Amino acid sequence: MKIVKIIAIVLLVAFVGIQFMPTTRNQSDSVPSTDFMLVNNVPENIQKKLQVSCYDCHSNNTQYPWYNKVQPVAWFLEDHIKEGKAELNFNEWDSLSNRRKKSKLRSIIKQIESDEMPLYSYTLIHKDASFSEAEKQELIRWIEQLKDSI
Amino acid sequence: MKQLKLTLGTVAIAFITLTAVSCKDAKTENTTHSETSADDDHSKMNHDGEDMEMAMNGDGDSQAVLNDYFNLKDALVADDNAKAKELGAILATSLGKLDISKYTDAQQSDLKDIVEDAVEHAEHISESDIAHQREHFKILSKDVTDMVAITGTENTLYQQFCPMYDEGSAWLSMSKDVKNPYYGSKMLTCGKVQKEIN
Repeated sequence: MKIVKIIAIVLLVAFVGIQFMPTTRNQSDSVPSTDFMLVNNVPENIQKKLQVSCYDCHSNNTQYPWYNKVQPVAWFLEDHIKEGKAELNFNEWDSLSNRRKKSKLRSIIKQIESDEMPLYSYTLIHKDASFSEAEKQELIRWIEQLKDSI
Repeated sequence: MKQLKLTLGTVAIAFITLTAVSCKDAKTENTTHSETSADDDHSKMNHDGEDMEMAMNGDGDSQAVLNDYFNLKDALVADDNAKAKELGAILATSLGKLDISKYTDAQQSDLKDIVEDAVEHAEHISESDIAHQREHFKILSKDVTDMVAITGTENTLYQQFCPMYDEGSAWLSMSKDVKNPYYGSKMLTCGKVQKEIN
């Protein structure tokens, strides 16, 4: 029993210890002029959907709930955001060439269609981020339109 | 009992931490590995396979890009996910090396756009399952076709078209015979020659 106690204490110390490990927060006060919402005429409901379901990982500003500030969750999240932004950053939308915009929109449609995005691990916690079938269709239809207009 | 619960709890947390951390490590290892193996294979890849009859003009040439594109196409025709991954990485490298300095300013800016987009698709192909590879191959084919419109080609190429895949999709081939990279063995000969490119 004594050994169990020691292990428990060591682990507890480790858990407390990793809370001090630094993570970079993905937060920014300003929205750059290249933002998707600013350069496109986005209907309000679509805007809200994108904001809630996509912008946490695909923009320079994440809305952090408290548990995302606790390690090791914060690390896990940091990685996701880094990857997400590398794929697509809505804040930097207008810096893409038309060819790449089309390409990105196409990928967005595919990802939503096949339910790969938003990530399951994300919608599990953020219930409001998941799309209903109707919302999915509406969103895809709108993105198709945008794609064809470029 | 209380103590047991506490221990179990801490062990669980530690386990999650370790998994999270080790996941990160595994991922980086993986990418470096595929990159190096792709580099190693580069010279070899350009010399095997039937479709490689044209002479290599060395790095930086659009012909090198085309070669790698055709190798990738053949891997998709053969339903070979692993090979397509390797070849996607190789194509991303040769695209990155494309020398655009000899073109006009307007052409250079177009080519830059094309390359940037194509590299992204080639990179995705290097890390995806075959269904995704084919999705990306569709846009990649458009990019490469647009590239050829600027750079020209030494050999006659055939633009082929399959009306079934994703509301109609095109690709380039060195041969008139249709071998469909979007369906592979499932529907190998679906499609037709749409255009000859000289």
